[in-house]
Amino acid sequence: MYNQTEIIKDTSELGADGELVINMGPQHPATHGVLHLVVTLNGETIKKIEPHLGFIHRSIEKMCESLTYRQFIYVTSRMDYLSSHINNLGCALLVEKGMQIEVPERAKYIRVILSELTRIASHELWLGAMAMDLGAFTPFFYAFREREMITDIMEDTCGARLTMNYIVPGGLMYDLHPDFQKKVKAFITQFKSKVTEYEDLVTNNIIFQSRTKGVGILSAEDAISYGCTGPVARASGVSCDIRKIYPYEVYDKVEFDEVIETAGDSFARYIVRVKEMNQSIRIIEQLIDNIPEGDFVGKTKNVLKLPKGEFYSRVETARGEFGVYVVSEGGTTPHRIKFRSPGFSNLSVLNHIAAGGMIGDLMASMGTLDLVIPDIDR
Amino acid sequence: MFSLEGITTSVQDWLFMKFNPTMALAMECVIVILLSISLFAILGLILVLMERKVAAHIQIRLGPNRVGPGGMFQTVADTLKLIMKEGLVPDKADKFLFNLAPFVVMMVGMLLLAPIAFAKNFQIWDINIGVLYISAVSSLSVIGILMAGWASNNKYSLLGAMRSGAQIVSYELSAGFAVLTIVVLTGSLQLSEIVKAQENGWWIFKGHIPALIAFVLYIIAVTAETNRAPFDLAEAESELTAGFHTEYSGMRFALFFLAEYINIFIVCAIGATLFFGGWMPLHIGNWEAFNHIMDYIPSSVWFMGKTFFLIFLIMWFRWTFPRLRVDQLLNLEWKYLLPISLFNLLLVAIIAILGWHF
Amino acid sequence: MTNEEIKEYISSLAPAATYDETGEWLNILVEPTALKPLMANLRTGKMQMNYLFCVTCVDFKTHLTMVYHLSATTHRQSIVIKANVNRDTPVIETVCDIWRTAEFLEREVFEMFGVQFTNHPDLRKLILEDDFKGFPLRKDFEDPINMIKL
Repeated sequence: MYNQTEIIKDTSELGADGELVINMGPQHPATHGVLHLVVTLNGETIKKIEPHLGFIHRSIEKMCESLTYRQFIYVTSRMDYLSSHINNLGCALLVEKGMQIEVPERAKYIRVILSELTRIASHELWLGAMAMDLGAFTPFFYAFREREMITDIMEDTCGARLTMNYIVPGGLMYDLHPDFQKKVKAFITQFKSKVTEYEDLVTNNIIFQSRTKGVGILSAEDAISYGCTGPVARASGVSCDIRKIYPYEVYDKVEFDEVIETAGDSFARYIVRVKEMNQSIRIIEQLIDNIPEGDFVGKTKNVLKLPKGEFYSRVETARGEFGVYVVSEGGTTPHRIKFRSPGFSNLSVLNHIAAGGMIGDLMASMGTLDLVIPDIDR
Repeated sequence: MFSLEGITTSVQDWLFMKFNPTMALAMECVIVILLSISLFAILGLILVLMERKVAAHIQIRLGPNRVGPGGMFQTVADTLKLIMKEGLVPDKADKFLFNLAPFVVMMVGMLLLAPIAFAKNFQIWDINIGVLYISAVSSLSVIGILMAGWASNNKYSLLGAMRSGAQIVSYELSAGFAVLTIVVLTGSLQLSEIVKAQENGWWIFKGHIPALIAFVLYIIAVTAETNRAPFDLAEAESELTAGFHTEYSGMRFALFFLAEYINIFIVCAIGATLFFGGWMPLHIGNWEAFNHIMDYIPSSVWFMGKTFFLIFLIMWFRWTFPRLRVDQLLNLEWKYLLPISLFNLLLVAIIAILGWHF
Repeated sequence: MTNEEIKEYISSLAPAATYDETGEWLNILVEPTALKPLMANLRTGKMQMNYLFCVTCVDFKTHLTMVYHLSATTHRQSIVIKANVNRDTPVIETVCDIWRTAEFLEREVFEMFGVQFTNHPDLRKLILEDDFKGFPLRKDFEDPINMIKL
């Protein structure tokens, strides 16, 4: 039989006021990676969330200090692996800005089209994973059906499905696949016809709405103070789209709307991402038929040397503002490199928005923050 | 014509002819036990496969398709794997309760099998308080789940078990009231009487709107009672990893898994009995020819068909809806379903007294 | 505001500040002791720099430099504030009561460079394990197991 005192002793380890501390992660289905959250609970209500990071910290910043300006771009694919192309673009822009390299128009167009495809792919994966966090399995497969088409396009174009490494300073690594335009158009048609399925299955679902509306509210002031960017900040009514504020490549030539919601809750963050997918489609539609002919890579020296000084470039990834800060001593490798990753700042807001809610609300809040752990850990 | 009734009668006659009555009764008991255990095993295999196929169909996948024709033996292979796996017991777990819990959950399922009429005159125990018996026994499964959650010495399990306790106890009320609606219409607690009362039409058609409301309430309540999505808070794999059975592995886990499907089968069988006439064929008024053709379909086929239709419905829920939050779940029961149930019972009482039903 | 106006404004707050305009944005180097009052004023004063988008540290082998990138969501003008700190006992006051995002970013700098932030509410290691020795992003960091010398 059992020893009763043993069981009573175990429960006495709970905190003084009935607090229960549970470790979510590093292995937990909802953290989508090796994030470790120490959650203090009072019954089902969350009192405090404390993130512990570093389980996949590879010290990419230190690594980049010994890589040349051609090499370090590809390491950044491994940071936010869902927006790897946009990360590469940010780094390439920095090198091009520092060395005044001219990028051919064709390369700029292709870079933007692929950036937007990456953004859609990232949001599709987020949509499925987030619905799964809330207990709906089916949207995951629906979202992956469309995402698969994008990764196929990526595979044709760059040879890789996830970490594309298609960008070199000055342009692109090689020219487009001949089927590229045809496939992208097929994807646009497919996406437009299927986007209503998400509306039916997720957006208009009464349980989904009740799980997300009014959950994890983030005010505009807090969003700015916590350094939130991307869809998280835009759902709180903060205009922060780098593509609009500091246009890079050909974003100043295309028409698109910056999606802004004001509610600041999980549902608003959901709506922003879904609408952003449509805006990305709009950008691709404007560019896909107008890719200019010409070189796909500009003329660069074989050995790239950034002049002495400090450089900063930023791009809008699927998660927000990705910044690269480089301190150069004039050599072939950076002296210090700092990646301002959007996920890191977005994670810091988690305790603020999810404390006081229930465990189920934590899933909704965390899901809509769209955390990618390698991006946070770097 | 094939009928289960004929088989049971001939077996009984043969036993009584060969042995003295006590011996024959004992042998009958053994046969019934063996049959119900094998029914459990077969049902588990079929329902798990069905769940996976339904899920696959909804999710534009193929589902299991490698083991055997169309993946038919996939669950057999899975069961073999689970049997051969080591059943770990956590170090600080309460070992006695930890080992007992899956069997408690399983036993509840077995006990519930007794009053169900599988076919015409094919019933283990036609107890005259059948409905009461079902209500009483089905709420016992919460004890097994609480036991599992507490004994695992795991915080996730404990949270899952507590959720499950609150949920099952609450939804028991709505399920009970929905069942009572039919009892009021029939005037009997005996399941065979309830089936017989639907000879000229099922209660879902005869009972006007109250029966329809009761059916909807029943389906919602039993989905919650069996811990199925969208009410699978006790498991809630994205929140509590696996809820109350986080620490279970091997065959103990398999028993929980099997018990879930058996419970679904039982609640759907009861739902089919109460609302869809159990083994009673579809009879429409005085369409003699039509009724006669319907009678040709064996009663066991009718029963299984209705039950599996309801099971499909519950599976359909699971793969469509997100999960509710625990406070929303309790709100739904106490603020919406329970008042509606009470009102519905009143309505059906009026209808029954005034004799407005067909 | 033009750079000249910003310079004038900051000089009135921190007279010892020096300026560098070679880069993309105006770089302002201040004393570590003068940093906190200046930052508080930049946030609440007429500049209204409400968006701190990057906090980092650079190891120049002779000294460490704290780098704060500031911007505002209203006028979108960015400036860079720097402060040199001693390499042996790097101490600087926290800005996380002004911008909440600094809390995590300063924790990262603390463990990677060993900069002590005074008045930080929760200055613990965020990424590394608690018993980790050394400051990985400093130039003289040695790790015989994981680092390959080229």
